[in-house]
Amino acid sequence: MLRRYSRLLGVQLRASSLLAMQYRGDFLLEGVISLFWTFTAMVPLLVVYGERQAIAGWSFGEALLVVGWFTLLQGVLEGAITPSLNGVVEHIRKGTLDFVLLKPADAQFLVSTTRFEPWRSTNVLTGVAIFVYSFHLLGRGPSIPGLLASVVLLGTSTLLLYSMWILTVSAAFFVVKVDNLTYFFQSIFDAARWPSSVFKGPLAFVFTFLIPLALMTTFPAEAMLGRLPLRALVAAVVGSIVFAFISRRVWLRSIGHYTSAGG
Amino acid sequence: MSLRNTVRAFPSLLRVGFSEALAYRAELHVWVLSTTMPFIMMALWTAVARDEPIGPYNAEGFVGYFLATFVVRQLTGAWAAWQINYEVRQGTLAMRLLRPISPLWAYAAENLGAVPMRVMVAVPVAIFSVLVVGEQAVPREWWGWPLLLVTLLGGWLITFLANVCIGTMALFMESSNHVMDVWLVLFFILSGYMFPVSLGPPWLSALVDWLPFRYQIGLPVEVMTGRHELPETLLLLARQWIWVLVLGTLAVTLWRRGLRRFAAYGG
Repeated sequence: MLRRYSRLLGVQLRASSLLAMQYRGDFLLEGVISLFWTFTAMVPLLVVYGERQAIAGWSFGEALLVVGWFTLLQGVLEGAITPSLNGVVEHIRKGTLDFVLLKPADAQFLVSTTRFEPWRSTNVLTGVAIFVYSFHLLGRGPSIPGLLASVVLLGTSTLLLYSMWILTVSAAFFVVKVDNLTYFFQSIFDAARWPSSVFKGPLAFVFTFLIPLALMTTFPAEAMLGRLPLRALVAAVVGSIVFAFISRRVWLRSIGHYTSAGG
Repeated sequence: MSLRNTVRAFPSLLRVGFSEALAYRAELHVWVLSTTMPFIMMALWTAVARDEPIGPYNAEGFVGYFLATFVVRQLTGAWAAWQINYEVRQGTLAMRLLRPISPLWAYAAENLGAVPMRVMVAVPVAIFSVLVVGEQAVPREWWGWPLLLVTLLGGWLITFLANVCIGTMALFMESSNHVMDVWLVLFFILSGYMFPVSLGPPWLSALVDWLPFRYQIGLPVEVMTGRHELPETLLLLARQWIWVLVLGTLAVTLWRRGLRRFAAYGG
């Protein structure tokens, strides 16, 4: 079972990389645009910190770490998650999801691995560069156990992002015209750019439990700074597994609503 | 494509646009949900301003500002760039060209047709804003109300015409969606959507004064929350409408030139 799926993953990866080699020109363009985006998106941060030394207990250098994690995860999202799942939306609309469902393998696995766009992951490198710069600003290095914890959290964050995408895509089974789901998702994810302690009241609840943005960027940044309690780390791991489980159930239920409907 | 025909057909086109918006109301709700950025920025800025005000804005001022931003974004939305890109690539633009009215008017009508549905979202938010922050949320002088309408119209026109300009570029290159991405980034940062433009460093405010973005969101919001005196408002209004004229001319020119290159593939 496991061997079969890993072989399948290999095949899909090879197909994607062949495709990616074909569109090398895109690499430069996409890279330039995402660099441009990353740095322009920092303007509000600069404006905020132009007014204050620290916000909700986060200095500029520390908040920059959160931005770094945001950028890195955006790279993961755009390189490995959105390309395939955008295809699902298209499949649902055209009714061609049949061909996927007919194949003798798990449909969620198949649709999640159809396409990877390695060129789009320039943001991962930008994110790492931002880490280096913010530790330079802070004038110290990351704590070593914290660094290990943040690697674990990279895994949980990716899992959370993926599960959130599966939930969004599941909505495509119910809403007819869904080109804008990507924008919807991105606009929510955008809030992860800020340290979560900025948000108070209902928003804090939403961003921790319903849409776990706090877990994705603020926790790893805190881990790097060596101030994330062990309890929070465990909670993040358990929470992301629960979230993934829920999204799997929702996916299975939504797929039951798929009616093919040619065209 | 005489002017008379256009004027006669436009109300029907608007009705069609409205029916379409009504038919795809679920999609519209997704759109509305994806414009929640003002609420996030509101949370952020009120947190920053909790202890002492920043420039002219205290915490309440920020609440009023960003609720107004949400309202203005709802009312000035346009998506013609993606529409044109899609129709050029699919060749379906040919169908529009067959009609005895310029497709530009048809796009305008379709985009405007969604406004009534969006008003239904925007008005409750505006009322909520008045309840929360009181009179800071709406114009306090009588002239603020008519000028608000004029700036909203100007803001919508700039958004729509910029969409047409960028969409039309699809006739010159393979796809102009990347251009639109760049435009959107600049729009988010420089329009006052994420922070009031007056809070930026002086060089940024000076730059923003001469770019179109501020007149899409920032100006209507500032008029709605009564941030300017009358002379200043009129000066900004004049700049807004200069941009409307510039973009209008550019859109028509690009459209005429681009159309000569159009060959309906497939379709």
